[in-house]
Amino acid sequence: MGRYAIRFASLGYLVVLLVAPVGLVFYRAFEHGLGAFWGSISSPDAVHALKLTLMIGAIAVPANTIFGVLCALAIVRYRFPGFGVVNALVDLPLALSPVVVGLSLLLLYGRGGWLEGHNVLFALPGMTMATIFVSLPFVVREVVPVLREIGTEQEQAASTLGASALQTFVRVTWPSIRWAVAYGVVLTTARVLGEFGAVSVVSGRLVGQTETLTLYVQDRYNDFDVAGAYASSVVLALIAIATLLVLNTLRPKEETR
Amino acid sequence: MAARAHALPAPRARGRPGVGITVGLSTAYLSVVVLLPLAALVWSARAHGSWQAVSNEEAVAALKLTLVVSAVVAAVQAVAGTAVAWTLVRDRFVGQSIVNALIDLPFALPTVVAGVTLLALYGPRSPVGVHAAFTRWSLVISLLFVTLPFVVRTVQPVLVELDREMEDAAASLGASPLAIFRRIVLPNILPAVLSGVALAFARAVGEFGALVLISGNLPFRTEVASLYIFGRIESGDPGGAAAVSVVLLAISFAVLLLIGAFRRWTTRHDL
Amino acid sequence: MIEARRITKRFGEFVALDDVSVDVPAGSLTALLGPSGSGKSTLLRIVAGLERPDGGEVWLDGEDVTRRTPQRRGVGFVFQHYAAFKHMTVRENVAFGLKIRRRPRSEIGPRVDELLELVQLSGLAKRYPAQLSGGQRQRMGLARALAVDPKVLLLDEPFGALDARVRKELRQWLRRLHDETHTTTVIVTHDQEEAMDVADRVVVMNAGRIEQAAPPRELYDSPANEFVMSFVGPVNRVGEAFIRPHDVELLLEPNGATQEAMVERLVHLGFEVRVELVRDDGEQLFAQLTREQTEALELARGQIVYVRPTRQTVFAK
Repeated sequence: MGRYAIRFASLGYLVVLLVAPVGLVFYRAFEHGLGAFWGSISSPDAVHALKLTLMIGAIAVPANTIFGVLCALAIVRYRFPGFGVVNALVDLPLALSPVVVGLSLLLLYGRGGWLEGHNVLFALPGMTMATIFVSLPFVVREVVPVLREIGTEQEQAASTLGASALQTFVRVTWPSIRWAVAYGVVLTTARVLGEFGAVSVVSGRLVGQTETLTLYVQDRYNDFDVAGAYASSVVLALIAIATLLVLNTLRPKEETR
Repeated sequence: MAARAHALPAPRARGRPGVGITVGLSTAYLSVVVLLPLAALVWSARAHGSWQAVSNEEAVAALKLTLVVSAVVAAVQAVAGTAVAWTLVRDRFVGQSIVNALIDLPFALPTVVAGVTLLALYGPRSPVGVHAAFTRWSLVISLLFVTLPFVVRTVQPVLVELDREMEDAAASLGASPLAIFRRIVLPNILPAVLSGVALAFARAVGEFGALVLISGNLPFRTEVASLYIFGRIESGDPGGAAAVSVVLLAISFAVLLLIGAFRRWTTRHDL
Repeated sequence: MIEARRITKRFGEFVALDDVSVDVPAGSLTALLGPSGSGKSTLLRIVAGLERPDGGEVWLDGEDVTRRTPQRRGVGFVFQHYAAFKHMTVRENVAFGLKIRRRPRSEIGPRVDELLELVQLSGLAKRYPAQLSGGQRQRMGLARALAVDPKVLLLDEPFGALDARVRKELRQWLRRLHDETHTTTVIVTHDQEEAMDVADRVVVMNAGRIEQAAPPRELYDSPANEFVMSFVGPVNRVGEAFIRPHDVELLLEPNGATQEAMVERLVHLGFEVRVELVRDDGEQLFAQLTREQTEALELARGQIVYVRPTRQTVFAK
């Protein structure tokens, strides 16, 4: 029947495109045993790359989360002039090439740029800014529809009962949006850990100093250290799979019926 | 920024508690993080770039290749993504929820890792004898990988919401399953498919990490716009890079507007 | 015209239909009546081919259609929530079946006009379902089903989603339509008033089985069992006996066969009055009287009267 044909075609497509490649990398990474794998990922450069990635994450994720909630509130609850532009700017990082993002930062903070000489580029601040740019939209986009849906009635009730804006937010708004925020945080984290193009441009890629884990993967591959590339890829893939599991638990159970 | 008053029945910004902080902080953050760099980009393109930077042969080839490959990939995903969404919503089989979770893998996986994994299976040391590295096929495969979730995830919720009784009604009136799909299902999921296609297209146009290892960056053959821009930066020609970047920026904006329009179109017939 | 023979259908553990057999004569309007979960909608959908039975056969117009898809059964189906094609205009909705059969445009146009006239939606042909009221959408659903001249018209709680007044209007209108067209019609409903009002024959179903199939009068006067009697009309239960409220006689003096009762409440329903009583043993009793009878007895709250059934039914166990 038609149904089996579609099922076979869809699942086949997914296997060829997703499952087989990822499976192969796992296989290759552990092909020479756990020891070889561990050796690859415990090299000082690899460890530094991981630490750098996590440091950037520790700054970028909270920053975008706080901004995300504030911005969502601003967009949904306060119709201020120019909010259409704000909306567009928030969505832009989703549609924009990361290389273009990196270049903009390079031009802004680099030689001849408006904010030149603040020691931003080729160092942590620049890479963090690039990462914040590309991971900006996720919390906002998850929270906005939830805020729209719950409406303002509960908040209005709270204010008639004497609650201040902050109290209303903490006691009424936050409990309704926290799962959306959590989902957005997971998406943001995944994007932050996976960022490559923008940091590629702004980092200068000094091995052992300004390489994130993703840049390290490329570095290993270009050095013909394929095992090293696979090993660090596996680390990132495991984080990605963990992300998927968390997303799956948080996702409202509505997408299969 | 042009200011426009909105004639919507929403509370006015002035006088509402918490307005100052939320609106003020958000716009300040957004300006520093997004607006300022982009402004620097556009300014730099005008100041240091030139028409030559955009119209030289290599740049034009890169842009053309980008648009063509992205369009092809988006078109393939329109069909494949709809089929996958159909299987996830209308079918029932063991392991279905695992497959559903798997769809998000390209979202969660770093692009450079995606490139490495595809290279492992379809590159020079391919166990299945497929050697697509440094060819245009490598672009297609990589872009299919990274754009996989877009159409699936926009179509899924619409399929879930679709009134199955419309399909029963069409069957009772004599429509074959194909006719039912063509006349009943498709018109109702089309806006979602197009939204997903637009997102996939935008993503494909800008993709860098998944292509940088597997494509070989061969000018006129596999060098897409993002790789070209990167090459210009490495060669110390940020002006030239900026000029082509502005073209990509414009494409991104245009696609965003299109997606917004699709979103409004989606709800026009809602009961 | 329609014969369902020994139909069984299970959904997991739940038995929706248990060896059900029903005959629907050609040209009749039959109601499948029962509470939620009785299996009536399932049976209708099996007749239409929208569900497959686990066992049994469906015969339409002398042919075994059990294995046939809904496309090839020649049935018209009307859905409780209209199943309107929301992306098509009213005209396109009604024309759908004809378009599928590739009828020439010259034929479709006038036929659709004729149907829209029949259901009184002529002025709304270019509207979309979102712009119609519930009653209008359902009339469109009917026109759409009739467009292909079905042998059999099946309606699944067609008026269930509409408000009471519209429901009554459409009910009468359906009956008149049937009287004109004489298409064999089956209507599923949980509303006994609707079934009794509109149908030539009523099939009472409960928990996947048929309790009784008969004309409305017979169901009311000679119910087969306790379920049917309670379902088709209000009923009092006194010990083993079942007594209809209008078979309860009220007297001002006892006469040996009567029981004492107190009037708790008088509910005036148009020209009838429902008298809610409490018997001396504490049990409730409902009587239905005309206004004249109530006034003749000068009934009032708290009054003591003496009650006696003029008719009662006892079912053999």
